[in-house]
Amino acid sequence: MKPFDGAVASERARERSTDPANGSDPGRGAQAPQRTRELPLTREDRANLLRYMAMMRAAEERGITLYRQGKIPGSFYDGCGQEAISVGSAFVLGPRDRMCILHRDLGAHFVRGVTPDRYLANYMGREAGVTGGRDGNMHFGDPALGCVGMVSMLPDMALVAAGMAMAFKLRGESRVAMTYFGEGSTANGQWHEAMNFAGVHELPVVFVLENNGFAYSTPNELEFAVDPVERAATYGFPGVLVDGNDVEAVFEASRAAAERARAGAGPTLIECRTMRMHGHGAHDDMSYVPEAVREEWAQRDPIDRYSRALVGEHGFSADEVESIRAEVKAYVDECAQQALASPMPDPKTATDGVFADDVTTLGDGQAPWSHWSAAASERSAA
Amino acid sequence: MSATAERPETREGSTAELTYLEAISDGLRCEMRRDPTVLCMGEDIGAFGGAFKVTDGFVEEFGAERVLDTPLAENAIIGTAVGAAVEGLRPVCEMQFADFISCGFDQLVNVAAKLHYRQGVAAPIVVRLPSGGGFSGGPFHSQNPEAWFLQSPGLKVVAPATAADAKGLLVAAIRDPNPVCYLEHKGLYRYVRGEVPEGDYEVELGKARIAREGEELSVIAYGSAVHLALDAAEALGESIEVVDLRSLCPLDTEAVLASARKTGKVLVAHEATQSCGVGAEVAALIAAEAFEDLDAPVRRLTAADSPIPFSPPLEQAILPQLDDMKEACSELLAY
Repeated sequence: MKPFDGAVASERARERSTDPANGSDPGRGAQAPQRTRELPLTREDRANLLRYMAMMRAAEERGITLYRQGKIPGSFYDGCGQEAISVGSAFVLGPRDRMCILHRDLGAHFVRGVTPDRYLANYMGREAGVTGGRDGNMHFGDPALGCVGMVSMLPDMALVAAGMAMAFKLRGESRVAMTYFGEGSTANGQWHEAMNFAGVHELPVVFVLENNGFAYSTPNELEFAVDPVERAATYGFPGVLVDGNDVEAVFEASRAAAERARAGAGPTLIECRTMRMHGHGAHDDMSYVPEAVREEWAQRDPIDRYSRALVGEHGFSADEVESIRAEVKAYVDECAQQALASPMPDPKTATDGVFADDVTTLGDGQAPWSHWSAAASERSAA
Repeated sequence: MSATAERPETREGSTAELTYLEAISDGLRCEMRRDPTVLCMGEDIGAFGGAFKVTDGFVEEFGAERVLDTPLAENAIIGTAVGAAVEGLRPVCEMQFADFISCGFDQLVNVAAKLHYRQGVAAPIVVRLPSGGGFSGGPFHSQNPEAWFLQSPGLKVVAPATAADAKGLLVAAIRDPNPVCYLEHKGLYRYVRGEVPEGDYEVELGKARIAREGEELSVIAYGSAVHLALDAAEALGESIEVVDLRSLCPLDTEAVLASARKTGKVLVAHEATQSCGVGAEVAALIAAEAFEDLDAPVRRLTAADSPIPFSPPLEQAILPQLDDMKEACSELLAY
């Protein structure tokens, strides 16, 4: 597979797919389900899908500005172009489900209930950041919202998510753990350990793979000889290929995977083909990606594309869509001011919390985001 | 999980004579009976009962879900244990040999150790580490890797020397909200036996023990070196104090300093290699806090800075032996 033809390949795959349930083609992994039936999304859900994607874009753009202003120590990492993946997948979970979210997945944090001020404060090392300055950039997860923050070693969190899923299974709970990783992570031994462990124990875990073309600068063909979506079958569970720039396609694949997990049928690997539209970090000029490729992918921008779909297919007016995007931008600006007003942490507290005095319990979050998830949480509570 | 909570039968004051190995099993079994969230994970620990038989009979009593035979994948054992712990379980992971922690090191030092500091999320897991040499295990089945963990803030590290401590420290480790590395010395498994309190028994982490009272010299040791020190003290017939650290993190600095101030001469002894080991830390502590009370330089008796060789004469040349201990004590006593 060429590194740049992800969406093209997946579009073709969808055309080939005839069975909406699994469309399996042995040896290639199951293909994304076609939209042969109405998705369980309300009008408000669809507005929220756009809202959260736009919020991720606006917050990251604000972050880049803060970085250029010298207000963010270290570097800056964003998921520009990948917004549909974290938003579409996180949207299917209920409050009692759990997530390990990665660094291109800010949308998932917002869906869970993190607000942009806490995200930006975290980047600036402020007290009001999700980790209070203990860890930087995207290395956070709000325990109160059922999330465990990532580490830099990839894909370590795949095993942690599998462990959470193991706890659900042992207790007979109808809950799901979801985690993300990039295609570069699939070259690491711990990816194999996680896939194998989850497969052996048929754990209720959803692995969302973001194939954004490059692991830092390394293209797919130098990362693996066999595409990860095909390798899923060798671990005993389905691999599903979706267009990662189509938020409803991601939603639908994630919904099916979560339902499969809740039903006790085990894990799913969802490979979302996409493109990282910015460098690995703000320090990376992405000179290794031809301009034509960037331009081609810019045409598939997930937010513009969904805006058009809302108007063209779902009865939204252009003004409505525009006002959602404008409202989100204004909200993020307001959040940035709040983040800037937060003090830096007190150096006297630098060694606090190395050890725990007591056990902690993850919270469930509020899950105010969608009628869909409210229904999902009722099911998961049952 | 199908198990039901069951209070242990604690017979006040009653003890049983157990080997160090039996005491580990007893502690684990007591906690699994008491707390249905405790589960064991590791390679060959189920029907086979573990490479050293610590979990012999466990799968029959607790079921395969709580005595989980894992794939041969140490990062998977520790990583999934962290996830399960975050979700309210208390996993006790068995590394088949302490040496194999290198294959699970990333999850231990990057995920488990830092989780509470970074995120405020506790990761109450125990990693059982059958450690130590003396039986021709060679370079990959004989190591004492405790210093690796001590360089990783967020991990607690314990190393029992007696049967009673083997039980009590394991129980305390399971109940602790932090990841705890529990080093169980393979050479002590069947060599050491002693009276062990029956039922619920816990030894507080971070408290050293005076294994032998003395006035002329302090040997500060842990694990197998405690027994070397006790044997040497008996053989020499001198007034040697033996301090058994039991916990390496947290370290009982008060007990170390009190003994150093009392005798004025200190030998720090362990089976692990020398450079940047526990002995270096203890010696630095004494140099900083008890310098004025010393009558001799602080000395160390440790393994040589070498991989542990296979052939018996080579292994004996690397690991501290009783004669080495006697010689080191005599030199300091004569100083």
